Amino acid sequence: MIKTLKRVMSYAKPYRIYFVFTVIFALLGVALSLSVPIFIGKAVDFAVGKDSVNFKGLMKIAVILIAVVMLSTVFQWLMSLCTNKMSFYTIRDIRCDIFSKIEKLPVKYIDSTQKGQLTSRIINDIEIISDGLLQGFAQLFSGIVTIVGTILFMITINVKITIVVILLTPLSFLAASKITKLSHDTFVKQSKLRGEMVGLTEELVGNQKTVKAFVYEKRAEKRFAQINSAYAEVGAKATFYSSMTNPTTRFVNGLIYAAVGLMGAMGAVGAWKFVGAMSVGKLSSFLAYSNQYTKPFNEISGVVSELQNAVASAERVFAVIDEPEIPDDSDKETISDCDGTIKFENVSFSYSKDTSLIENFNLSVKNGQRIAIVGPTGCGKSTIINLLLRFYDTDKGKIIISGYDSTDLTRNSLRSKFGMVLQETWLFSGTVAENISYGKPDASREDIENAAKAVYAHSFIKRLPLGYDTIIDENCGLSQGQKQLLCIARVMLMNPPMLILDEATSSIDLRTELKIQSAFEKLMSGKTSFIIAHRLSTIKNADLILVMKSGKVIECGNHSELLSRGGFYADLYKSQFSS
Amino acid sequence: MKKVFSYLKNYKKELIFGPLFKLLEAIFELIVPVVMAKIIDNGIGKNDVGYILRMSAVIVILGVCGLAFALTCQYLAAKCAYGFGTELRKALYKHINSLSHDSIDKLGTATLINRLTNDTNMVQNGVNMSIRLAVRAPFLIIGAAVMAMIIDIKLSIIFLIVTPIISVIIYLVMSKTIPLYKKTQQKLDKAASLAGESLDGVRVIRAFSHQSKETEKFNNVCKELSENMIIAGKISAILNPVAFMVMNLGIVAVIWFGGIRIDSGSLSQGELTAFVNYMTQILLALVVLANMIIILTKAFASANRIKDIFECRNSVISGNDENIIEAENAVEFRNVSFSYKDAGDMSLENISFSIKKGGMLGIIGGTGSGKSTIANLIPRFYDANSGEVLLFGKNVKEYSTDFLRKRIGVVAQKASLFSGTIRENMQLADENADDDTIVKALKIAQAYEFVSRMPEGLDTIIAQGGRNLSGGQKQRLSIARALTGEHKIVILDDSTSALDYSTDLSLRHAIRNELKDTTVIMISQRATSLKNADMILVLEDGKTAGIGTHEQLLKTCEVYSEIYFSQVSAEEAAK
Repeated sequence: MIKTLKRVMSYAKPYRIYFVFTVIFALLGVALSLSVPIFIGKAVDFAVGKDSVNFKGLMKIAVILIAVVMLSTVFQWLMSLCTNKMSFYTIRDIRCDIFSKIEKLPVKYIDSTQKGQLTSRIINDIEIISDGLLQGFAQLFSGIVTIVGTILFMITINVKITIVVILLTPLSFLAASKITKLSHDTFVKQSKLRGEMVGLTEELVGNQKTVKAFVYEKRAEKRFAQINSAYAEVGAKATFYSSMTNPTTRFVNGLIYAAVGLMGAMGAVGAWKFVGAMSVGKLSSFLAYSNQYTKPFNEISGVVSELQNAVASAERVFAVIDEPEIPDDSDKETISDCDGTIKFENVSFSYSKDTSLIENFNLSVKNGQRIAIVGPTGCGKSTIINLLLRFYDTDKGKIIISGYDSTDLTRNSLRSKFGMVLQETWLFSGTVAENISYGKPDASREDIENAAKAVYAHSFIKRLPLGYDTIIDENCGLSQGQKQLLCIARVMLMNPPMLILDEATSSIDLRTELKIQSAFEKLMSGKTSFIIAHRLSTIKNADLILVMKSGKVIECGNHSELLSRGGFYADLYKSQFSS
Repeated sequence: MKKVFSYLKNYKKELIFGPLFKLLEAIFELIVPVVMAKIIDNGIGKNDVGYILRMSAVIVILGVCGLAFALTCQYLAAKCAYGFGTELRKALYKHINSLSHDSIDKLGTATLINRLTNDTNMVQNGVNMSIRLAVRAPFLIIGAAVMAMIIDIKLSIIFLIVTPIISVIIYLVMSKTIPLYKKTQQKLDKAASLAGESLDGVRVIRAFSHQSKETEKFNNVCKELSENMIIAGKISAILNPVAFMVMNLGIVAVIWFGGIRIDSGSLSQGELTAFVNYMTQILLALVVLANMIIILTKAFASANRIKDIFECRNSVISGNDENIIEAENAVEFRNVSFSYKDAGDMSLENISFSIKKGGMLGIIGGTGSGKSTIANLIPRFYDANSGEVLLFGKNVKEYSTDFLRKRIGVVAQKASLFSGTIRENMQLADENADDDTIVKALKIAQAYEFVSRMPEGLDTIIAQGGRNLSGGQKQRLSIARALTGEHKIVILDDSTSALDYSTDLSLRHAIRNELKDTTVIMISQRATSLKNADMILVLEDGKTAGIGTHEQLLKTCEVYSEIYFSQVSAEEAAK
């Protein structure tokens, strides 16, 4: 815990000047605001009764009070500003750090981690660090200063009464921490149940059409009602527990108030000699202090539980930041002119140690050849691509590209030689033109339009409200096929020497596919290309077809060779046409 | 709105007694400064020790009672709010279940989920806070002012000045910061979506070597975010110190003018102390009130959104016929036209066809040609704009919708399984389906093989959204699910896209051999899958481009032969 705190603080280091000022302003602001009751008490003592009010003294106090109040206001405001700057700049840096880290992590890590989890690290956890650790720290600090200050000021008025107040302190602590613990536990339960309820709602309402199709409404309602009432029970409890804080504090305050009043009054009348001399004014200052004495205890116990959350969040964030990065490869070679040849030499690879996937894979591809990979789902088709682009590294063996061992090249130069179109289209939120020129940001508008024309995307882009400047977002109304055409245009514009098409046309309907078939032909001409496809008709023209099954290439050859061999491919091909 | 709050009717007791107890607590709280003033004036002033002791005991008793009342109120508030929330959610979910597909399309499932979870919570929270604070906070403010007036009416003018000033400050700061915080939230959402985007596109980003550009983009958003937060923080940080300042300046005024009043003999020292006390109370109450107003505004906005859902009416009115008569045609469309609400173009125009009982109809066409729309009209997910949809000779509108839908098994394009065991998922249509029935359905759907290989078999738990299954497994299970129950008609809406050709083939054979009495409607993009259907309907842009058997269509329908030959090479077709 200390280590984590230290680490967060190390991020705050560039902003330590704000931290220093936070502390200074907190001390000044709290001290000044605490001195207010003293002056009020003095003022009250100047106004004893009829015809005996000391107006000169009262005036002096009033002027001092105004000055003190104004100054303390300014200091408190400045304190908030400094805390804000410190915490917001610090979390900005942590957030940028974790994001740039993610860009450097191996694809393997990202594939094996849930996307929502990582996003939550970047967004929610860091917000919690800000609330709990940084803002919380300021609260904790001013809370402690307030308590210490209050006690000091009370001592200056009357030591004995102060001792009684301090003796009553554990009561506030006890009450505050008991309630915090009680409500925290039920809150954890509540948020778990709430998560479950939201999950069920998402599932049921999200699949509303299925629910209706199967006349499942009644049973769905029963399932919902069950979790709904469980949630209500825990929720009511959690809310009740947490709402106990204020009345309980008020009660403890009331007790302290009564004790102070009693002792002060007894002291003033001289009944309890041990209390010492008291005046009405002093009593009224004391009452003011005792009124605000328990408040910081509540805040502190709240801050402590938030702090625990924040440390947990920080630990999660640092766990990501500490993941091993892809080693820096900027000192490696770059491909100057790529001849389009690719060789796999005895390549073995598996995602997990227990199950082998690709073993002793050998393949030699000449420039301009078209390689198709077919096989049932999960047979390792996409793995070949992960290895080619070095999203994953081989366990054994070498991949030689244009005469270079791919591990001797920088990843960036290797990848720049490939154009890739995946089944899942990926467009970022930006204009159509920006998306097409993703691989070539300096492309002219004319180049962009030519690329779009070549893949038959120009006409539908023109019809969009703002043409090439239309912003792409979730509700831009582009169909899956249209999005895919944009991805193809992107590769078209980049014009790389080698191509990878992973189920690139599976989301485009057949008639559109027919139309863009010639665009693909144009794209592939003269390029070494790898094609993974579901529809066998699209790969019939390949120079070499690799038939894969459970990670192994079981057949290999061109279409007619494979058909005449009458093996797995032939079966697959025939089943396509039998009915 | 009335409808939303009608679910409070079972909690009248809590609604009355909750605020009442809170009111009592507030009254007691207001009395304390008066008692203290009495201690100062009567006890200290007259040196009456007994009086001081008695009055101190009174303060403690007031405190104990106050605590008891407050806790009672908090308990009643929590009970009422959660009870109300539960009933509201239950009713809202029931209502959502009764909505027809066009309402769901219009509202969107994301909206519905949000209404059912977040908005109901917001209203629930509003009810809770109202019970706790709606009476207390204004009462404390008014009460403190009234008490001040009773003590000294002239001096209480200061209250009448200070209270509005603090209120205006609170209002101004909040009206400035709330939009700023909204903007901050938007920036945070932007950062979140950027993060999500770059995780989704990890391969593309790296393939284009754009990592550093993405980082730069994100850094810029973070910079904007932190600047925004600082601006919002700057303004909201004004609130507490300035309110504190105004209150203290008010106290200074009270002391000064109080001094004058004391000097003239119309105010006592103890009363002055009480006055100062009430000033502090007002500030605290005002801050609470402001927070409550925010919560209530949010609650009302949520209640309004919930009301909108309640006002959505089901447009598909159920008939009451629950008998199927012997008829030659299982399904018949007569000049059916249909357009989705808010869509300008017709999705279906003048479609007519019929399928014999136990027959198989194939529907083929490009995306957006209206294939799925036909599937949606038969179980009355939508009603045709014109023309008639008949099931066993009767218009589908005559049947009770539950009865109708129980006779039709639909397999949608996107497989949607529910969390729970495989068995529970298979029992979606028929709660009482036994294992034999389920196994039979699984076998036809070509799913039995992988289900039986799972260690838990039918008891295997399916994770939410079927995450632990592959796309092909999910599709086969959702096909099997539609084959249990008393379905007379099964509609497969492009639901074999994730299956490889050989599995697809065995599935089609099994359906034809095992389900002889069931009428099958198969929608597909693969011409070969439909080749053997009794009848094939070719759709283009919502219109019939051709209808007939495979052989007939090859000769007469250009669209069909184009599709067919694009999938089958010429020599294959010649065989």
